[in-house]
Amino acid sequence: MAEPILRIRNLHARVGETEILRGVNLDVYPGQLHAIMGPNGSGKSTLAAVLAGREDYEVTEGEVLFDGKNLLEMDPEERAREGLFLAFQYPVEIPGVSTATFLKTALNELRKHRGQEPLDAMEFMNLMRERAALVKIDPTFFSRSVNEGFSGGEKKRNEIFQLAMLEPRLAILDETDSGLDIDALKIVADGVNALRSPARAFLVITHYQRLLNYIVPDVVHVLYRGRIIKTGPKELALELEAKGYEWVTETDEVAL
Amino acid sequence: MSEHVDILDQLTASDYEYKYGFESQIEEEVVPPGLNEETIRLISEKKGEPEWMLQWRLQAFRYWQTMKEPHWANVRYTPIDYQAISYYAAPKRKTQPRSLDEVDPELRRTFEKLGIPLHEQEVLAGVAVDAVLDSVSVATTFREKLQSLGIIFCSMSEAIREYPDLVRKYLGSVVPPNDNFFAALNSAVFSDGSFCYVPPGVRCPIELSTYFRINARNTGQFERTLIIADEGAYVSYLEGCTAPMRDENQLHAAVVELVALAGAEIKYSTVQNWYPGDREGRGGIYNFVTKRGICLGESSKISWTQVETGSAITWKYPSVILKGDNSVGEFYSVAVTNHRQQADTGTKMTHIGRNTRSRIVSKGISAGYSQNSYRGLVRVNPSADGARNFSQCDSLLIGDKCGAHTFPYIEVHNPTAIVEHEATTSKIGEDILFYCNQRGIDTETAVALIINGYAREVLSKLPMEFAVEAQKLLAISLEGSVG
Ligand SMILES: Nc1ncnc2c1ncn2[C@@H]1O[C@H](COP(=O)(O)OP(=O)(O)OP(=O)(O)O)[C@@H](O)[C@H]1O
Ligand SMILES: [Mg+2]
Repeated sequence: MAEPILRIRNLHARVGETEILRGVNLDVYPGQLHAIMGPNGSGKSTLAAVLAGREDYEVTEGEVLFDGKNLLEMDPEERAREGLFLAFQYPVEIPGVSTATFLKTALNELRKHRGQEPLDAMEFMNLMRERAALVKIDPTFFSRSVNEGFSGGEKKRNEIFQLAMLEPRLAILDETDSGLDIDALKIVADGVNALRSPARAFLVITHYQRLLNYIVPDVVHVLYRGRIIKTGPKELALELEAKGYEWVTETDEVAL
Repeated sequence: MSEHVDILDQLTASDYEYKYGFESQIEEEVVPPGLNEETIRLISEKKGEPEWMLQWRLQAFRYWQTMKEPHWANVRYTPIDYQAISYYAAPKRKTQPRSLDEVDPELRRTFEKLGIPLHEQEVLAGVAVDAVLDSVSVATTFREKLQSLGIIFCSMSEAIREYPDLVRKYLGSVVPPNDNFFAALNSAVFSDGSFCYVPPGVRCPIELSTYFRINARNTGQFERTLIIADEGAYVSYLEGCTAPMRDENQLHAAVVELVALAGAEIKYSTVQNWYPGDREGRGGIYNFVTKRGICLGESSKISWTQVETGSAITWKYPSVILKGDNSVGEFYSVAVTNHRQQADTGTKMTHIGRNTRSRIVSKGISAGYSQNSYRGLVRVNPSADGARNFSQCDSLLIGDKCGAHTFPYIEVHNPTAIVEHEATTSKIGEDILFYCNQRGIDTETAVALIINGYAREVLSKLPMEFAVEAQKLLAISLEGSVG
């Protein structure tokens, strides 16, 4: 098999005195889509934030390789430029900065990092139109401030739109499905499926099997109290849906 | 020696200062500190002023002696010892840097970030390059063109000598010498400034601009500017400032008066970037300025636009008296404070004429440990039927150690008036910055992006070249404010 895009080894992270990640191991290979499930507070968002480089979390142990490079050494913007993308569970509003300006700045930073010329205004507009169509984002959103006054669902769709624009190597989706109505869920899922490619990997954090009906994962993990306690094929999600987390967490307790 | 005398004479007897623009070309010879009638007589004499001007100054000085320094602004500073300030500086040649390599690298870095062309950098830094002197002052370059249109644009000293009737008629007509403590001080000791008169029906074809700089240490700077747009005339005036590093506080108390006659329009734009002091607030400039315009005639318009990033302390309220019916007053402001800077700025719109309209857009940006206050007064007099005002006061906070304050005062004495006030406060927090970082945008760029968006409405009112410079300036002044 090819080299993994993401290799996490024995990752420990804490906030203050509280250890939240307690030895996470995970390999994600090109073309794969991994789902991460687990009860509230188990550390899913923390894992995403640590990978993206949020400073609030202190990594106390372990290693993360991103395309073979030491991810934990990089600044958040370097990670992004190297191709790591996080669709936030709670996207923020950026007052006064239009979606177009924001994305143009971001995309050109990425292009600069890759040694490419910045896109000119025309090329950029065309790209925006094309990618917006993927998640049915109305072009009137381009001139609106990033996420400002967007509905919950619009914010989530905007995250996937940004993903489509920035074409990352690894996309982490933190509960992108929550807060979406059924139609929007379908739109987001279609968007993600269209963006799957042999050179790209996805880490999809979700609470609901429903999403995984549309976006079929290669692997499903259960994160519990800062550890991946179970890994299985896509059917695992169905089983969790039917039996709840207790079914796995109890066996975990025994195993510990 | 004879060269020194020569130059001194030139300065005092002509518009030398304005032709050559920059005092940093010359080292200053400073009159001993202190302020009394003798000092004022000395200033007036050195400048070769007529008797009426001397009397005007002395009258102002007597007012000043009876006045107290105002302390209502939301700023704190160690008391100013007015007797420790030197009120007159005469220039003499000094040893100048021979090339930019000899110039303070910090200053050069700022120039480069601002994108100031190399030859202008040399002038600003006081490099001895005679060939470029003329390019500094738009006044010189375009003087002939302006003259052919009947526009007068010269130094205040020259105007006092050459156009005494205009000066006597309008000087102090908007900001009377006894208006306030700092205005009285300025009236008594003002050093120089700009004078502009645009005759009836003439549209000034270029943006008039001047750069002010503060030079010798401990020399209070007292600029005096008077702009008159006669009936149906139009003029746009730019005032821009850069100042070199200083370790001592310097007082700057300028007065700007604008007069718009019937149907005239004056646009006055400022980018103020005086030395704000170091991170601890040491050594910055005190900027206590009185700026006021009067829409004297019907359907006249005065518009103030300011981008304030500098000074340790700013105390400034560009105002408009809306006397003529249907006249319009505007105030667009971006005020940035960082580190220990303090700004108390805003405007005063006084509606006297019927159907007068005013619009206030104030954008405060505070970072570091700074304090940024908006203070505005909208007054509608009983005579102002149908007056309208709209005010928008926004504050943006970067970090959580700084403060933003809004003090809107509204006095309405006419029931037909409509006065609207809107205010918002937003914050650039860690969350927003991390979000930007996660998209590959570094923190500095992110802050620049956000503040430019935030200040867009005001920046768009500036003349094009100025807007670009101002945009960069905003980013520079907020450097190191986060992360
Ligand atoms: N900055 C923080 N300060 C203090 N505690 C934190 C912080 N971030 C996370 N935690 C704690 O760490 C634990 C894991 O939180 P995390 O947000 O990673 O969970 P999650 O699996 O994403 O939960 P959910 O399914 O509800 O989104 C929680 O107990 C949470 O309260
Ligand atoms: Mg979460």
